[in-house]
Amino acid sequence: MFETSIKLALTISQIGVVMGVVLLTVAVLTLLERKVLSWMQDRMGPMEVGPYGVLQPVADGLKLFFKEDLIPAGANKILFSLAPIIVLVPALIGYAVIPFGPNWTIDVLGVEFKPFVISDINIGVLYILAFTSIGAYGVILGGWASNSKYSLLGGLRSAAQLISYELNVGLAIVGVLLLSGSLSLVEITESQAGGFWNWFAFDPLPFPQFIAFVVFLIASVAETNRLPFDLPEAESELVAGFFTEYSGMRFAFFFMAEYANMILVSCMATVLFFGGWHAPFPFLQAPGNFAWVTGIFWFTAKVYFFLFLFFWIRATLPRLRYDQLMRFGWKVLLPIALGNVVVTSVLAYIFPN
Amino acid sequence: MATFVFLYFATVIVTAASLVVVLRNPIYSALSLLVMFFHVAGLYVTLHAEFLAAIQIIVYAGAILVLYLFVVMLLNVKREERYNQQGTVALFLGVVLLTEAVLLAVSRSFAVATPDPGPEGAAKAVGNTESIGEVLYSTYLFPFEIASLILLVAMIGAVILSKKGIMESK
Repeated sequence: MFETSIKLALTISQIGVVMGVVLLTVAVLTLLERKVLSWMQDRMGPMEVGPYGVLQPVADGLKLFFKEDLIPAGANKILFSLAPIIVLVPALIGYAVIPFGPNWTIDVLGVEFKPFVISDINIGVLYILAFTSIGAYGVILGGWASNSKYSLLGGLRSAAQLISYELNVGLAIVGVLLLSGSLSLVEITESQAGGFWNWFAFDPLPFPQFIAFVVFLIASVAETNRLPFDLPEAESELVAGFFTEYSGMRFAFFFMAEYANMILVSCMATVLFFGGWHAPFPFLQAPGNFAWVTGIFWFTAKVYFFLFLFFWIRATLPRLRYDQLMRFGWKVLLPIALGNVVVTSVLAYIFPN
Repeated sequence: MATFVFLYFATVIVTAASLVVVLRNPIYSALSLLVMFFHVAGLYVTLHAEFLAAIQIIVYAGAILVLYLFVVMLLNVKREERYNQQGTVALFLGVVLLTEAVLLAVSRSFAVATPDPGPEGAAKAVGNTESIGEVLYSTYLFPFEIASLILLVAMIGAVILSKKGIMESK
């Protein structure tokens, strides 16, 4: 009983810390995105709230918190309230299997405890894929329950897009799974130890997964509904897509889910293709008991690099048309991902590690 | 503890499954089907079949049910046109299934068989995914290939159905 309660307390505090960091990062990202975009467009960005505009997320949050919570007439009240939750929960639940530091097991009062991953389950990759596919329900239900044509069209578009691109995400990961021989994100990270030439994106033998990484990146930009694939919420044609009718905290939930998904996808790219918490060169990793300091540093640096990439793409590329989006997903990305699976499995058979 | 968890999952599965049939709004039916899929996946997890649980959610909840919902929303079936003409079929199927259930319950209560502990122990030792892979590509290779053939036929059928001119073009 004592051990169980210790374990429970440890796990709950770990979940609290991870969720705190993720939600804080979401707040930081809302500001960072506007700042990065404005720098790229030769503007200043938000400057009014606090020094250099750094308190903008706080102001935004307060504003959304005090907004009137509208439910449109004719909307389905239950589903309308449920949809933002269905979107946000899968976006946050995926962090349970992300390893953000060395795979250590420490002993706390006779209880084994892994400080740098909440739960090392042996199907980590599938777990994340399963829950990201649930997010589509929130989008499609939110669109339907609003009883508005813009919302419904946005929701349906989004469902089609999410299903199409989910497939590409899954197939792009297969190469990594073949090379590491495991579905556990901890073991995938472990098999990329010792310098950037061992990361799956660059590992020369049997086959570098760089192409798969590019497919993964494009497909995950589409899955998170970011530009140039933000058709579900294309402002110029659909007002705001599936969350047109949402306001106040419910809108904030959709907004937070989008950013939380971006962070999750960046974490996955880091873990699967870029060595997780491992440093690019062995000498950049602190020895012994201090490895976790550099581990968390490198993990965060890589994740922020990918997040920056998201903003960079948004500032650079125009939006695709709907038929272009579907054709690109099914006729370009899917064959590339399948070809990568074939080549990787043949080469992994010829050159076993 | 395990019994409580099983009872919870079983109750929710039965309730949600009946709601799928009973509810009038097809969207609510689809949603209770989603709840049911989740709880079936939960049962798999309690049986140490994590791989099956994840596949259950990815395939059924993540792909098939979304398409159902899609179709239901697009078609917006009118209340009168729904499945009213199926009483006879339902009666027939119901009688068959009920007889089966009663027979199973009666035969089970006479012969108390201990469950075979074989594959579960093996699955725990090497990991669930590996053991499924090994069995699928050795013992059950033939059924696996047949399943893939059926899927291939379905794929070709879908292409032919959606591209109507493909047969007459010659």
